[in-house]
Amino acid sequence: MTTNILISGVGGQGTLLASRVLGKYAMLKNQDCKLSEIHGMSQRGGSVTTHVRIGERIHSPVVWEGGADIILAFEILESARVKHYLKEDGVLLVNEEVILPMPCITGAMQYPENLKEQLTSSVKKVVFIRAKELAMQAGSEKATNIVMLGSVCKLQGLDKAVMEQAVAECVPEKFRELNLKAFALGYEQV
Amino acid sequence: MKELTLTNKAIARGAYEAGVKVLSAYPGTPSTEIAENFAKMSGVYAEWAPNEKVAVEVALGASVAGARAMACMKHVGLNVAADPLFTASYTGVNGGLVIVVADDPGMHSSQNEQDSRYYARSAHVPMLEPSNASEAKEFVKLAYAWSEQFDTPVLIRETTRVAHSHGVIELCEREELPLKTYEKASNKYVMMPANAIKRHVVVEERDKALSEFVNTADINRAEYTSEEEIGVVCSGVVYEYVKEALPNVNVYKVGTVYPLPLDAIKAFAKRVKKLIVIEELEPYMEDALKAVGVACEGKSMFSLQGELSVLKIAQAFSGADAPKAEQVPPRPPVMCAGCPHRGVFYVLNKLKLTVNGDIGCYTLGAVAPLSAVDTCVCMGASVGMAHGFKKATDGESKNVAVIGDSTFLHSGVTGLINAVYNESGITLMILDNSTTGMTGHQQHPATGKNLMGEPAPIVLLDELCKACGVKDLQIVDAYDINAVETAVKKATASKEVSVIIAQRPCALLDKSKKPKVAVHDCKNCGKCMKLGCPAISRGEKGIVIDKTQCVGCEVCVAVCPFDCLKKESE
Repeated sequence: MTTNILISGVGGQGTLLASRVLGKYAMLKNQDCKLSEIHGMSQRGGSVTTHVRIGERIHSPVVWEGGADIILAFEILESARVKHYLKEDGVLLVNEEVILPMPCITGAMQYPENLKEQLTSSVKKVVFIRAKELAMQAGSEKATNIVMLGSVCKLQGLDKAVMEQAVAECVPEKFRELNLKAFALGYEQV
Repeated sequence: MKELTLTNKAIARGAYEAGVKVLSAYPGTPSTEIAENFAKMSGVYAEWAPNEKVAVEVALGASVAGARAMACMKHVGLNVAADPLFTASYTGVNGGLVIVVADDPGMHSSQNEQDSRYYARSAHVPMLEPSNASEAKEFVKLAYAWSEQFDTPVLIRETTRVAHSHGVIELCEREELPLKTYEKASNKYVMMPANAIKRHVVVEERDKALSEFVNTADINRAEYTSEEEIGVVCSGVVYEYVKEALPNVNVYKVGTVYPLPLDAIKAFAKRVKKLIVIEELEPYMEDALKAVGVACEGKSMFSLQGELSVLKIAQAFSGADAPKAEQVPPRPPVMCAGCPHRGVFYVLNKLKLTVNGDIGCYTLGAVAPLSAVDTCVCMGASVGMAHGFKKATDGESKNVAVIGDSTFLHSGVTGLINAVYNESGITLMILDNSTTGMTGHQQHPATGKNLMGEPAPIVLLDELCKACGVKDLQIVDAYDINAVETAVKKATASKEVSVIIAQRPCALLDKSKKPKVAVHDCKNCGKCMKLGCPAISRGEKGIVIDKTQCVGCEVCVAVCPFDCLKKESE
């Protein structure tokens, strides 16, 4: 069975580390895996999407529209932007954070209202968490990505012990405790 | 040992395992990580060259001297390096020579979507195209073997989705190679007409031999299924898409996009009822097949623009609809909070100057609300275009050229020499943030460090400009927008060529803690909103500063007409 994961957020939110941890998980589980990310221009505060595919034999490094089993959206507007990537029975996991894009900061466009309600009505399975708050509870808002991974682990029924090992191996040693706490908080939240 | 690895790192690993000794490159997305990762290997030499032409010349020199060598660049970099490439095809090599070029279909981080495969064909240099990280490593090693076997440079082409994807690779040992003996052979390495005429014959013979050889090379292969209807010809990441989108069709996987294994593909075509070529960008393979009488379809089904995907390919065969994206406000990339370029563009906007821009983070000066940039074409073009503006308007145009430090050294300096020599009186602003910003902070000749992380001699930008004949030179702090404004007014009023160096390290590199900006009794005039700083937004009672983003550059403090913005300590 192949698991297709799309991670979306805003440049600087730590989406890249989240995908690396999932890649490490795949390696520890002795699975094939491909990741795809975009560097350069799109990093400067723009929308960022990272693709993770884990399974027996993976060809495309990129998930396609209608092909994701789960989407980890690090920001609400970004979840709306990519929700068409979800399979019909896929899970949309949304961090309830709002980051205004430049057209909304300048007032040229309006940040959509009632996004949460719209997502709930248009997506079969949507889960909201306050990942940033949980990360701060664990010790640093930088661990938002690891909180999200805790939730993904539970929602997708991934091997918890192996995911924890993957997290531990991907973060600097001095932040290991903090990140494992963040992971546990994300896991318990959903 | 197995490892999940970025393809660009796998290419570096392949070069390491192939015994490559010298690598030269100029950063460019999506190719940058090859050189960065190669530099971390032991017992090798890697460098940032000022541009891609120099990089290829360095690699060619190392090759002729007897070492295996590599040069890496993005697609537009190969335009810069095309000059040595075409003649390196004539000289051939001594130690193996591989040039990696990364195309960017979909323009994730580029100014065009050119298709590098045509370079291979017109320079008569073989080009291999891997589909994933594991193949990339193996293709690099194969490329070195072929380079030496056929006495030719070899191109490796990757696209963004290959370059920036991770796949599982198997690590092998490095092949330690002694330096080959260099023997003087002016008939091979001195390309003046009498010698080059003879070498051109050798190139064509080599081309013929390679065209035969590739038909039986393992990296070109037919994969037959039980179905007999459709056969697909593809290469690179498109192969991976096809395997998922059309699991039951017969596939001919092309590993050598030049020369194409035409006889092998002809044989494949005979075994299927309908042949379809699926490729991103140009109908490169389709045209080549049609030219030798192979009936096929291709661009009648697929676009010349952008990337393909599993879904696009599946749709072309099934006609099914794709799930539609919701229309939501875009989130374009922006200059970071505290970016030293911001204040400069604010001033240029205020002075209503036409801005000839260039390639780098500062291209974002074109985006609202600054909207300050009028032109952006290629590396270094700001200077030449500014000169052209002046000449077309008999010196009357109110324009300035704006270029970054790394881009200036890449190819802006030649434009400056032209402006001095041909007396256009342009104003050139060098936005010196002491790094190559957009590609992720690489060193360059004016930063004082090299790619290996060691201290390096510094090319002084002001001295360089003076040596080019610039007499009117000003150096300002990019954060001091009043000083920037004064300098720009003075420079544009002058009839001489003027250079302003606006200095301030990239905000992402400057780790010094400065007091953040606080808002007092905002009058809501909206002036600071024109800076387009991501740390400033409108709240219910005037503007709000996001303390997590503000780095205390104080450009907004200088812009506020009512002194409502102040350093936090005040």
